[in-house]
Amino acid sequence: MSVKLTTRKVGDVTVIDSAGRITLGEGSSIFRDTIRGLAAKGDKKLLLNLADVSYIDSSGIGELVSAFTTVTNQGGQLKLLGLTKRIQDLLQITKLYTVFEVYEDEATAVRSYS
Amino acid sequence: MQENRTGRTASVVSELESTLDSVDVAEEIVTIAARELGFAEDDQYRIGMAIRESVVNAVVHGNCYSRNKKVRLGVRKDADRLTITVADEGKGLDLASLPDPLATENLLNQSGRGIFLIKAFMDEFEVRKLEPIGTEFKLVKYLDRKL
Repeated sequence: MSVKLTTRKVGDVTVIDSAGRITLGEGSSIFRDTIRGLAAKGDKKLLLNLADVSYIDSSGIGELVSAFTTVTNQGGQLKLLGLTKRIQDLLQITKLYTVFEVYEDEATAVRSYS
Repeated sequence: MQENRTGRTASVVSELESTLDSVDVAEEIVTIAARELGFAEDDQYRIGMAIRESVVNAVVHGNCYSRNKKVRLGVRKDADRLTITVADEGKGLDLASLPDPLATENLLNQSGRGIFLIKAFMDEFEVRKLEPIGTEFKLVKYLDRKL
């Protein structure tokens, strides 16, 4: 299963619920298009919920980084929510854990934008 | 697919098309071999990820998605280790020229983490130039070593 993304608003924060696999090919492009679309629309507070992402490869990690820089360059913030142990490990060994703000709890994450 | 069994050793060689579908096929073949050999689930995942990155490299950077070029996947099961080879028909890869993905200036690069993840997840990793053309990755994971 490729990645499936659905967006919802919690106050002025756009939560992007992701499920499936973010890997080279369709998964990566769906992810990229969605984030760029939201950034282009002017959404500045983005919270990416990865709790139901079962797998992410180096291309998927690249998409996370690209999303982060796209949103940051437009004056917005992209934060991560609900990392599985495996994604947490991947971000740690690639040193990206120091780049992203990561939350376990949605309410805390949403409050962190204000 | 060719299969060879000798004593406690079994090896399989598959020839794959240079497409992204082959990445999933290779990952599945190797993950099944890792499971059969007795690797724990986390190690199966790590081995699968390393193979995925190797085959992506072969398909995308080695063979450049060419219909005329194949990716050759070798899987060898010994009692204490799993050995995988991934060979392409590309121009070659200079490992030394790859930027360090952990360097501060490279942290926000979109690409360049595949080889790093292979090294992180496997016990041994070698790159060999093939004659007259191509590159072979050799990856080894031992049963009794922890990451």
